[in-house]
Amino acid sequence: MSRKIVKGAEAMAIAGKLAKPDVVPAFPITPSTTFPEKMSEYVACGELPNTEFVPVESEHSAMSAAIAASATGARTCTATSSQGLALMHEMLFIAAGMRLPIVLFDANRALSAPLNIWGDQQDSISERDAGWIHFYGENAQEGLDLMLMAFRVAEDKRVLLPTMVGIDGFVLTHTSEPVDVPEQKAVDDFLPQYKAEHCYLDPERPTTVGAFAPPEYYMETRYQLDEAVHSSGPVIDEVFADFEKRFGRKYSKIEYYGDRDAEVVFVAIGSLCGTLKDWIDEHRAKGQKVGLVRIIVYRPFPFKELKAALANAKIVAVVDRSISLGYGGPVFSELAAAFVNDAKRPLFKSFIIGLGGRDIKLNDFENIYNAASADLKAGKVNEKMHWVNINKEML
Amino acid sequence: MADLLAPGHRGCAGCPASICVRQVLDAAGPNTICTNATGCLEVMTTPYPETAWKVPWAHSAFENSAAMASGIEAAYKALNRRNGTNKKPNIIAFAGDGGTFDIGLQALSGALERGHRMLFVCYDNEAYMNTGIQRCSSSPIGAWTTTSPEGSCSSGKTQRKKPIAMIAAAHDIPYVATACISYPQDLKAKVKKALSFDGPSFLHVFAPCPTGWRFPSEKTIAMGKLAVETGVFVLYEMTDAEPMKPIVTVKPKEFRPVEEYLQAQGRFAHLFKPKRDEVTLKRIQEDVDRKLKWVGLKP
Ligand SMILES: Cc1ncc(C[n+]2csc(CCOP(=O)(O)OP(=O)(O)O)c2C)c(N)n1
Ligand code: SF4
Ligand SMILES: [Mg+2]
Repeated sequence: MSRKIVKGAEAMAIAGKLAKPDVVPAFPITPSTTFPEKMSEYVACGELPNTEFVPVESEHSAMSAAIAASATGARTCTATSSQGLALMHEMLFIAAGMRLPIVLFDANRALSAPLNIWGDQQDSISERDAGWIHFYGENAQEGLDLMLMAFRVAEDKRVLLPTMVGIDGFVLTHTSEPVDVPEQKAVDDFLPQYKAEHCYLDPERPTTVGAFAPPEYYMETRYQLDEAVHSSGPVIDEVFADFEKRFGRKYSKIEYYGDRDAEVVFVAIGSLCGTLKDWIDEHRAKGQKVGLVRIIVYRPFPFKELKAALANAKIVAVVDRSISLGYGGPVFSELAAAFVNDAKRPLFKSFIIGLGGRDIKLNDFENIYNAASADLKAGKVNEKMHWVNINKEML
Repeated sequence: MADLLAPGHRGCAGCPASICVRQVLDAAGPNTICTNATGCLEVMTTPYPETAWKVPWAHSAFENSAAMASGIEAAYKALNRRNGTNKKPNIIAFAGDGGTFDIGLQALSGALERGHRMLFVCYDNEAYMNTGIQRCSSSPIGAWTTTSPEGSCSSGKTQRKKPIAMIAAAHDIPYVATACISYPQDLKAKVKKALSFDGPSFLHVFAPCPTGWRFPSEKTIAMGKLAVETGVFVLYEMTDAEPMKPIVTVKPKEFRPVEEYLQAQGRFAHLFKPKRDEVTLKRIQEDVDRKLKWVGLKP
C-alpha cells in the first residue's frame, strides 16, 4: 500500500488502472475528464500494456463500444458525468438488459438547462431505473475502493450486472486528498481476470446476442433483471467483507453515524455527509442526540438495512442532492414508500440541497435539524418539501 | 453457398436485406462476427428464441452498429495481448440506410476515423422500412414515402440522395465500394477485397425493397439490374491510393432510359399519373447525369 495525495477523479483513474481493464472506451466531460486522460496516458506509457483505449466520438458510442467489448468477453470500464450519462441513457438500459458487467465512474454533476458543470446527483439518480448497481462514495478513498469492488461485484457469476460508482463533482473529483493505493498484487488477488462464460462473441461458438423479444418473452426478462439487481445484495456484502479482510477498510450498504437511539435521523448520499458528520459531532458535544444514515449502495435499494437503521427514528430528514421534477426528492419518495405498509413508522421530511454546486454549509444542517424537530414536536410534517439555502429574492 | 444466414427468417418475400447478408457472409466465411443496427434485418432474423445467424451476431440499438464493431475490434486486440493469442475474425457491421446515412452517421464517422479493422455494410433500401417506409436522406428525389407523401403540394421527396460512399471515402479509409445484390460476383469480390485491408472499409449495397418501393416481390433482382443499367446506381470502388476517384466495376454497354426504372415502381407512380410531372422527372434525370459524369461514364 502506498499513500498518495490525489484529486478524486485521479483516484478513480488509479482504481481503473489497478483493475487492468481490457477495453476503455471513453469521452471527456467535466468533471470526469481526468479519467479518460489518465487511462490514455497509462496505455501510452505502457503501464497498461494489454488495454485498448478507444477514444470514441460520443458517450453514446462509449457505452455502445463498452457493451460490444464486454459482450466479447473483455473487462470494460468507462467514465462520464451529467450530459454524458444522459446521452448514454438508451445504452444504460441495454447494458443491463444484456447482463454485461461494465463498470462506470460517474462524476456526479447537475443536468442542463441551464448548463452547469458543478456537483449534484441528478445525473445518476435519474438513471436509477436502468438496472445498474449504484455505489456512492463520500470521499476519494471510498471512490477508489468502491470502484475496485464494483468490478468484483459486477463480474460475479451470480450477479453479472453493470455497476456505476458516483462521487460528487468538484467537491470530490477536484479536491486533493490523501488516498491509500493498494498494491497491484493485492488487487490482482482480489480481482482475478474476467472470464466471460455467459456472453462472448467468438466464431468458434456462434451466438446471437441482443435479439428482440416479443410480448411472450419480454416481461420475464424484466422480471429476471429486477431479481438480479435485488439478489446482488448478499454478493455485495460478501465482496465488502472480503475487501475489508484484505485491505482493512470496512464498507457496508449503508453507514450509521451518531446516536443509535436518536429521534431525529438524517438520510443522505455522498460528500455532503462529511460536512453533516462534522455538524453531528458538534451537536452531540452539546449533549443532543442525532443520527445519520448514509446510503452507499442505492441500487439494489437497501430496504432491510434502512428499516433496521431507522427503527428508532421518530422523524427522518431526507436530504436529497437531486430532484424528481414535479414530485420531489427521489430518495425521500423511495424511502417513505419503503415504510408505507408498516404500522409503526417515522415521519419523513424532504429537503432539497446543493443543486448545481450550491454550497452546503454546517448551518444548513442546523436549520434542517430545527425544522425536523419542530415537526416532530407538532406531531406532523408541515411542509411537503423544503429547499435548503435558496435565495427567495431571486424567485 | 454455405448459407451462414439460415432460411426461414421473417423477411418479406423477395427481401433484399437477406440476399445482401448471404452474399456478404458467403464471401467472408465463418470466421466472422457481425453487428447489426435496429431495422428490418435485425428484426426479421432474430425474434427470440429464434435466430437465422450462424455466425456470432450482436445488436444493441439503431445508431451504433459502427460503435459496436469498434468495441469488438478493440476487445479482440486487448484479449489477444492478454491471452497471447492472435485471433483475427472479420468484423462486419450491418446497418440499413437509416442506421448509416442518418442516425448512425456520427458513430460511423467516428469508427472510420479511428481506423478500426472492420467492414461496414449498408444495405440501402432507400427508406426506414422497419417502421413503415419513412423517408431517409438515402431516399431519392421524387420517391413517395409515408413522410414524403405525394399530394397537391408535393411530388414526394424533394431532396437528393446523400452521397454516402463519397462521405465514407472522404475519411481517407483504405477501401470504399458500392455494390448491388443483383451483381453477386461483383459484390463478393468487393467484400473479399475490403476484408483484406488492415483498417476500415465501407460497402454501400443497393437493395431494392419490394414492400417499400411497391413492385412485385419476384422482381427484386431485376430491379437492381435496372437501377444499374439505367445509371441510377453505379457500381464502383475507391481506395485511399486515389481517394474520391471512383473506378467503375460494372459498365453497362449502353444506358437504358431512367423512366423505365421509375415506371416499374409504385413509389414513383405519381410522377406519371394523373399527368407527367416534368419538373421532377427532369430533376431526376439531371441528378443521374451528374453522377454518371462524376464517375466518368458520361462526358
Ligand atoms: C433511437 C431510435 N429511434 C427510432 C427507432 C425506431 N426505428 C427502428 S428501425 C427504424 C428504421 C430503420 O431504417 P433503416 O436503417 O433504413 O433499416 P430498414 O428497416 O429500412 O432495413 C426506426 C426509425 C429506434 N429503434 N431507435
Ligand atoms: S420491408 Fe423490405 S427490407 Fe424490410 S423485410 Fe420487407 S422486403 Fe425486406
Ligand atoms: Mg432502410
